[in-house]
Amino acid sequence: MPRISIDDLKRIKEEQTGKMILRGGQFRAKVTVHMGTCGIAAGAREVMNVFRENIAAREIQDVILTNSGCAGLCAKEPMITVEVVNSAPVKYILVDKEKARKIFEEHVLGGKVVEDYALAIGSETMAT
Amino acid sequence: MEDLSLHILDVAENGIRAGATLINILVDENLEDDLLTIVIKDNGKGMSAEFLNNVLDPFVTTRTTRRVGLGLSMFQQSALEAEGNLEVQSTGVGTKVTVTMRNSHIDRKPMGDMVSTVLALIEGNPNVDVVYDHRRGHGEYVLDTREIRAELGDIPMNFPQVVSLLQCNLSEGLKELNVIS
Repeated sequence: MPRISIDDLKRIKEEQTGKMILRGGQFRAKVTVHMGTCGIAAGAREVMNVFRENIAAREIQDVILTNSGCAGLCAKEPMITVEVVNSAPVKYILVDKEKARKIFEEHVLGGKVVEDYALAIGSETMAT
Repeated sequence: MEDLSLHILDVAENGIRAGATLINILVDENLEDDLLTIVIKDNGKGMSAEFLNNVLDPFVTTRTTRRVGLGLSMFQQSALEAEGNLEVQSTGVGTKVTVTMRNSHIDRKPMGDMVSTVLALIEGNPNVDVVYDHRRGHGEYVLDTREIRAELGDIPMNFPQVVSLLQCNLSEGLKELNVIS
């Protein structure tokens, strides 16, 4: 059985010591993937994989990825919420891998909301 | 749900929503007895006896966001289709879901991507500990985040480099067991 090497963990710890970006909780953005039964069945885990791959590939350290439960709009899953620091959270609906890549590029990194995929902007809408 | 790894993620997420700080996942592929056993145990708030009696009814859910709860019912359906069963035990503290299936049954769902399931759990819930024990034949792979957390100090479990390390370890471990190729 392969063991996680203690040396690898120590190396990460040493490298990060003194980097206040983590300890101050100063993340540039937080991406929440909704993981209720509805989200999981609709593909939420693969959407989470896309964000994880992008974060790893670019060695980004100030974007946090997290999970939440069902938000009650099961027909619109997979859903994610993107919170960029000092901006209002935005909920995206019917997210797939391609949309996830675009949202990561434009909103998470670029700070610009991808309006086409957002749940609602500016007007009253029915969530059906 | 397309495969068992998604069912497992779903049940584990239920435990986290119930306030668990520790999730135990056991997957035991007993090839000699042709028996697949999956046990998901949490230390969350558990269920009342009344709720437990009705827990496999799809129209019973703790959620307030919607009125149906399909997760356990669908997992039970998957188990029954493969000559197996699903049992829920809860004694007030924590919940244990035990699922059995005939391993070689033609209708047994594939294992699916356990690496992504375990990573999604750990990364999405960095303050929750996860013990993942996968046995296949005579081989065994165990990942215990409590051991890793102890070494990391104040570096969070969802720190990207830690997640990458976990991903490599999970992939190698499950390859050695021939769970994935």
